[in-house]
Amino acid sequence: MSGWLIKGASLLGAEPVDVLIRDGHIAEIGDRLDGGSASVVDADGLVMLPGLVDVHTHLREPGREDAETVASGSAAAALGGFTAVCAMANTDPVADTAGVVEQVWSLGRDAGYVDVQPIGAVTVGLAGEQLAELGAMATSAAKVRMFSDDGHCVSDSRLMRRALEYVKAFDGVIAQHAEDPKLTVGAQMHEGVVSAKLGLAGWPAVAEEAIIARDALLAGHVGSRLHVCHVSTAGSVEILRWAKRNNWRVTAEVCPHHLLLTDELAATYDPVYKVNPPLRTAADVEALRRGLAEGVIDVVATDHAPHALEDKECEWGAARPGMMGLQTALSIVVETMVRSGALDWDGVAERMSRKPARIAGLSDHGLDPAPGVVANVTLIDPEARWTVDGAKLAGPSRNTPYAGMTLPGMVRATFLRGEPTVLDGMLTEGLKR
Amino acid sequence: MISHLLSAADLDRDFATLVLDTADGMAAAISNREVRKLPTLRGRTVVNLFYEDSTRTRVSFEAAAKRLSADVVTFSAKGSSVNKGESLKDTALTLQAMGADGVVIRHGASGAAQRLTGWLEGSVINAGDGTHEHPTQALLDAYTIRSRFGRLEGLKVAIVGDILHSRVARSNVALLSTFGARITLVAPPTLLPVGVSAWPVDVSYDFDTALADCDVVMMLRVQAERMNDSFFPSVREYSRRYGLDAVRLARLHDDAIVMHPGPMIRGMEIAAEVADSARSVIVDQVTNGVLVRMAVLYLLLSGERGTTA
Repeated sequence: MSGWLIKGASLLGAEPVDVLIRDGHIAEIGDRLDGGSASVVDADGLVMLPGLVDVHTHLREPGREDAETVASGSAAAALGGFTAVCAMANTDPVADTAGVVEQVWSLGRDAGYVDVQPIGAVTVGLAGEQLAELGAMATSAAKVRMFSDDGHCVSDSRLMRRALEYVKAFDGVIAQHAEDPKLTVGAQMHEGVVSAKLGLAGWPAVAEEAIIARDALLAGHVGSRLHVCHVSTAGSVEILRWAKRNNWRVTAEVCPHHLLLTDELAATYDPVYKVNPPLRTAADVEALRRGLAEGVIDVVATDHAPHALEDKECEWGAARPGMMGLQTALSIVVETMVRSGALDWDGVAERMSRKPARIAGLSDHGLDPAPGVVANVTLIDPEARWTVDGAKLAGPSRNTPYAGMTLPGMVRATFLRGEPTVLDGMLTEGLKR
Repeated sequence: MISHLLSAADLDRDFATLVLDTADGMAAAISNREVRKLPTLRGRTVVNLFYEDSTRTRVSFEAAAKRLSADVVTFSAKGSSVNKGESLKDTALTLQAMGADGVVIRHGASGAAQRLTGWLEGSVINAGDGTHEHPTQALLDAYTIRSRFGRLEGLKVAIVGDILHSRVARSNVALLSTFGARITLVAPPTLLPVGVSAWPVDVSYDFDTALADCDVVMMLRVQAERMNDSFFPSVREYSRRYGLDAVRLARLHDDAIVMHPGPMIRGMEIAAEVADSARSVIVDQVTNGVLVRMAVLYLLLSGERGTTA
């Protein structure tokens, strides 16, 4: 194998160095390396990060291949700088058996753009009534460690306690979609001044915060790992701060859209801005940014949720909630966190690669480039700007809330196990294995 | 000049006044004619697109359009392909292809009227979208109040009932405050939106206190589906605390009027003797509805689009 010599990359924002990749691993890091027959990538001005890891992606396959497939979502992920994504369980059929998670896992291998790590459902059919065979999914080829009914809350307190306890047997984690369903019947957007004016049923912050508080207490009580999906309110940040002060094993994610967009956008009644949990207020956005900077919120996760055109070209109330996010996540983090100085590149690596990999149990990912380490890396041009165009994003869906926005930070190259999945900003043929 | 009527909140005082003055003009023009019809919109097509049953609003718009000599096509969800699952967008494209100059839409989803404007070129008139707005109702209410008092500025208006789910309340709050009226919302706290603090209104949970020195009492209907959803303990308790009965009516000053957008539930939010009393202008509201809708159709559809005036 001839390998790749990446010349002059700034490792996590430090002084430029050369990085030699051979046999799927980082072979050497240093000044003016001789790569021999290795192909050269000029990384002048580029920042190298460990490949990004998304703990919250909807790939829609099986079931809604008209919106996204494992292959198209994998391509979007690679273009966004990711080397691993965790695929949510709310497919059709639901990923609540070893069979379905193995299918998704193997579709990911076939696509060859990122490692696709399936997330298993907590309950059968996401119905919130009976535990799915969590152990079978854990011991399957997909080696599931993360379980979630995302899209639905495991709202039954007893069932949630049991799930948290049960997955301790294989170091699993329950990723909770925190939403008290009784408080969000018919809910369409954040409950507040804007919802009152627009006449859209409100999704109150307390519906999220009450569940996070309960789950943190449960996790503390039984000593289990809890991960909180898509935290969206200032109050949630405070509850997480309290949970961490108690040294409970609680982690949390925030989505890029909650770091940038607010509920005011609902005034357009354009369902491209409809998402669950909903866009909140500017004060919430501020609190989330602060929480992420401080580490109270551990990671950024995309909640990439592609939808077919007809599911968004309709009345707000009839539209499905969700936004695409894989190709824009890094740019939004640069825009909201890096440019303000709230995060440096090491901070970005911690929140978008190292910590998400640890939460999801992905031992080959989230590792800073060093000799001997699996070569999962991404190269970013932090100065370049690009304008988002839904039609140019990978996959059949178009539901990006950022269309027309010019954002900083472009992914120039992504390497998965030493092979480029993206080169010069373009998708390669991927990894064949 | 605006090209759609989506929300009373979009109207400035000048344009809203123009609508009311035009409605006055319509009343005068029609009363002078043997045939109660004006040729203004001859050759124009108005589509009534009704996804919810609302005989009174539909008939009112139909009468208004016909009195202006427009061709009226009624597209009601029950008799159309909507039940087979045609999307709002496809319906809009169909109406566009048929050359609708104006589309009057009643829909159960908030924002449906605004969505429609993205898919067709004609003027869209919101005849009630979910729990958002019902701007022509507010215009006809303002017209009715102005006809009685000669003004709107400074009048004290109480709007009573299910504010949370009421498009009539939202439109009236926006429009009457634009006209300078002083509005008090009266409701149990469960039926007020959390965000009401940002509205230009006072809020009262106590009907009897709010009644004092009111010029206008506007009663709202409580929808049947709210009755068993823990918004209030029982219909009887609601009626006792927030219903307008003869005793409360007697406390109003001599010139005060009682309004209701209909349909009423007699004995629930309003007692039969109140609805039929001399203070009630409920029947005037219906008459004025046609005039105000004529004015809206006239202002949106005649002339300025530059085809045959």
